[in-house]
Amino acid sequence: MSRVRAFGHFWWDFIVGDDWIVAACVAAAIGLTAALAHSSVTVWWLLPVAVAAVLWLSLRRVAR
Amino acid sequence: MSAGFLVASAFLASAVEFVEALTIVLAAGLARGWRSSLTGVAAATVALVAVVAALGPALTVVPLSALRLVVGGVLLVFGLQWLRKAILRASGYKALHDEEETFAQELAEARSAEHVERAGLDWYGFTLAFKGVFLEGMEVAFIVLTFGSTQGSIPLAAVGAGAALVLVAGVGIAVRAPLARVPENTMKFAVGVMLTTFGIFWATEGAGADWPGGDAALLGVLAFVIALSMLFVRLLRRQRRLTPALAEA
Repeated sequence: MSRVRAFGHFWWDFIVGDDWIVAACVAAAIGLTAALAHSSVTVWWLLPVAVAAVLWLSLRRVAR
Repeated sequence: MSAGFLVASAFLASAVEFVEALTIVLAAGLARGWRSSLTGVAAATVALVAVVAALGPALTVVPLSALRLVVGGVLLVFGLQWLRKAILRASGYKALHDEEETFAQELAEARSAEHVERAGLDWYGFTLAFKGVFLEGMEVAFIVLTFGSTQGSIPLAAVGAGAALVLVAGVGIAVRAPLARVPENTMKFAVGVMLTTFGIFWATEGAGADWPGGDAALLGVLAFVIALSMLFVRLLRRQRRLTPALAEA
């Protein structure tokens, strides 16, 4: 079990790193993009805007 | 995206990782002996080849839109880690990565570690080199597989990574010292920008949205990410100047 946890921890740390909120916001933004794209809304701008916002908030948390 | 762009991206990202792996292998080799260290390098290389050989063909059978959605999302989260650290380094909130300092630390730790022999090898030297090459190499494998599979050419991405390996290993053997003169922090910034750019582009496409101008929009996304990063560096530098007591190096 500890090996499974270590394996999971490795991949979590590898992909997500030390700010899981960034990953959660990116996942939510991609989900919203997919939902809006399938209802024929022009939505290519959503992910760049979300990335700008989430990156700035993450940087501010460290810099505070 | 042109083939040249794919190769260049894989080359740059891989070169950064290989420079870090070289530092660890040099420390292991000089402190614990080359036989154990190079055996560790060989074992890690075999493990990495097995990972790429197992996952590469599997990724090629996944439908492209699903692949771009998942890979784009993962690449974006992964790339934002790099970009965030690069911006913090450039604005002074995080110490710059210093290959000579890392080398000195690794060397001191390797020299003070207890000698344990297993299978005729110095175990510390073997595991240090193995972990260094495997962990840094995993990032290379990840980049080669994600970039290559979404563009339909894993071999082309592997060419970029292979060229970086040959160059870094060649220079490393020639100078037998950590490659401190490589502009590693600038390269890491560039890699963070590229990973984030490709992540945004592919995840948006994979989610079913269309970019205005098709593939040419990739350059627009690239310009956006560069401008955004520069803006954030400037804002953080200004904040750091205004509140020097709160800023941490």
